[in-house]
Amino acid sequence: MYPDNFYYTKDHEWVRIEGDKGTIGITDFAQKQLGDVVYVELPAVGTNLEFHQTIGVVESVKAVSDVYSPVSGEVVAVNTELNDSPELLNEDPHGKGWMIQIKIRDDSELQKLMTVEEYEKFLEGLEE
Amino acid sequence: MIREPLIFEISNEGKSAFSLPNIDVPVKEDILKNLPVRKEIAGFPQVSEPELVRHFTRLSKTNYCVDEGFYPLGSCTMKYNPKVNEKIANNHKFLSSHPFSPIDLVQGNLEILKMTEELLVEITGMDAFTLQPSAGAQGELVGMMLIRALLEEKGDPRKIVLIPDSAHGTNPSSAHICGYKVQEVKSNKSGTVDLANLLNAMKEDVAALMITNPNTLGVFEFDIKKIAEIVHAKGGFIYMDGANMNALIGNCRPGDMDVDVIHLNLHKTFSTPHGGGGPGSGPVGVKKELIPYLPVPLVEKGEKGYFLDFDRPKSIGRIRSFYGNFQVVVKALAYVLSLGHEGMKEVSEIAVLNSNYIRKCLEEDFHLEYKTPTLHECVFSDKFQKVHGITNLDIAKRLIDYGVHPPTMSFPLIVHGALMVEPTETESKRDLDIFIDAMKKIAQEAKTNPNVLKGAPHETYVRRLDEIGAARNQVLKWEGTAAQNEKD
Repeated sequence: MYPDNFYYTKDHEWVRIEGDKGTIGITDFAQKQLGDVVYVELPAVGTNLEFHQTIGVVESVKAVSDVYSPVSGEVVAVNTELNDSPELLNEDPHGKGWMIQIKIRDDSELQKLMTVEEYEKFLEGLEE
Repeated sequence: MIREPLIFEISNEGKSAFSLPNIDVPVKEDILKNLPVRKEIAGFPQVSEPELVRHFTRLSKTNYCVDEGFYPLGSCTMKYNPKVNEKIANNHKFLSSHPFSPIDLVQGNLEILKMTEELLVEITGMDAFTLQPSAGAQGELVGMMLIRALLEEKGDPRKIVLIPDSAHGTNPSSAHICGYKVQEVKSNKSGTVDLANLLNAMKEDVAALMITNPNTLGVFEFDIKKIAEIVHAKGGFIYMDGANMNALIGNCRPGDMDVDVIHLNLHKTFSTPHGGGGPGSGPVGVKKELIPYLPVPLVEKGEKGYFLDFDRPKSIGRIRSFYGNFQVVVKALAYVLSLGHEGMKEVSEIAVLNSNYIRKCLEEDFHLEYKTPTLHECVFSDKFQKVHGITNLDIAKRLIDYGVHPPTMSFPLIVHGALMVEPTETESKRDLDIFIDAMKKIAQEAKTNPNVLKGAPHETYVRRLDEIGAARNQVLKWEGTAAQNEKD
């Protein structure tokens, strides 16, 4: 279910690393908890993000939630398709529902994140 | 049933619901001649008087209101609005007084404002009040602006506002608009502020803690004085969201709990109409230290009677035109005076009793995430029904079929699939039993006939609305019929 080449956070974001770039989104667990997403707010390309800084907002019929950056760096791309099709976050959270791409400043921060095994174990704890 | 058309769809060119008499005085000149006045207003609906009256009367019959039945919207305190309040507020002396009237002619109105302020001071244990804010959210903003103004004068407005995860949803937004970064404080297992977490988070860059007491679980923060001590020790302030004041009124006072700033909702606790029936009113009360910063003007009494005091150099300024929603204040004052001390105590006692009656009767049918004793509201969840594929949304929709307004849903966020029920003191045991009976039937239906819940409501003017579609594809204004657009 959860890709094994991603890193995960306790706030249910994921990051996929390719070279010095990281693609960021929210996990399947997060989209299920939120329910149908109706609006996504993303940062501008060029924004400098600190570790755990708010990158945007996801609004569903039930709730509005902040999304935090799992790593620090500069935003190099945002998924503008989410403006018109926020449902991509529900339909394909680990793929087409990606939110932003970031140029990673400090890859030692990845050590603070969870591997897929750790994340799945973390979820079991939540679903008790 | 036929769908009621939009008023634009029944519009016909040239129809009108009024006719003006001909001018019977000489026309000197067209004084608007040189001004950029529109020659015609395109797109306004044109209908006759009977069409107009019938359209809105038919629409009103599809509505649901507190005069019609139970309205258990948690943390909104949808209590009955006594008609005597309306009668008093609609006295022609109030209706015909104008905000620009000379002060000498509105001494009675000013006395009403002053008297209400003083009564709110007594009820809350604060030192002074402003009645200006239009409603709760503006009250929150004003409260935070007062704190900011004082801290700025001391040299540093600070950066962070702490908000428990069980607080009211508007609090983070008010703090943010006031220029603060919001930091959440996690609750403990009993659903109250975790003191260890608070101690950890309370640093010298924290301006205030915004706390809702009782919180949105309906749980009283018994540690409120310790919480205030922790925050005050680092020079921060306690802001209390008074939306749940109906649980406390007459029995204890936020001022005695070392709260520095509070807003009240006259349209909740003080029985003035709410929501679409408003407008609201969100008075803000403060302790002495913050009085100099209150918005201008304040009503004061001098040698020659009441006057409006604008000479307040430290004030954050005016935050509302004129003096707030004056007639709402009149209704609230009527409410307070008609209840008196003893009546006020009974309000919160019966509100708490009603909520606990519901909680006890339904605790086997609906899951209670937190077992801590609650005051005026209780939060169930859909956990027992989820195994049958039923969510809180289905339960809420089915309640409509049983003639009850659904409770607050999916809030607080710390309870998944939440149903927040606040009955208020104005419901009789009979009305509470109707609700309890409906909820029990729904719990049964979830097991035996879940499809009837999935498809609910069945008995209403419109069936289940596509809430997701409505949020994703917002149509916010009339775009014209295809025929009209073609003509243009």
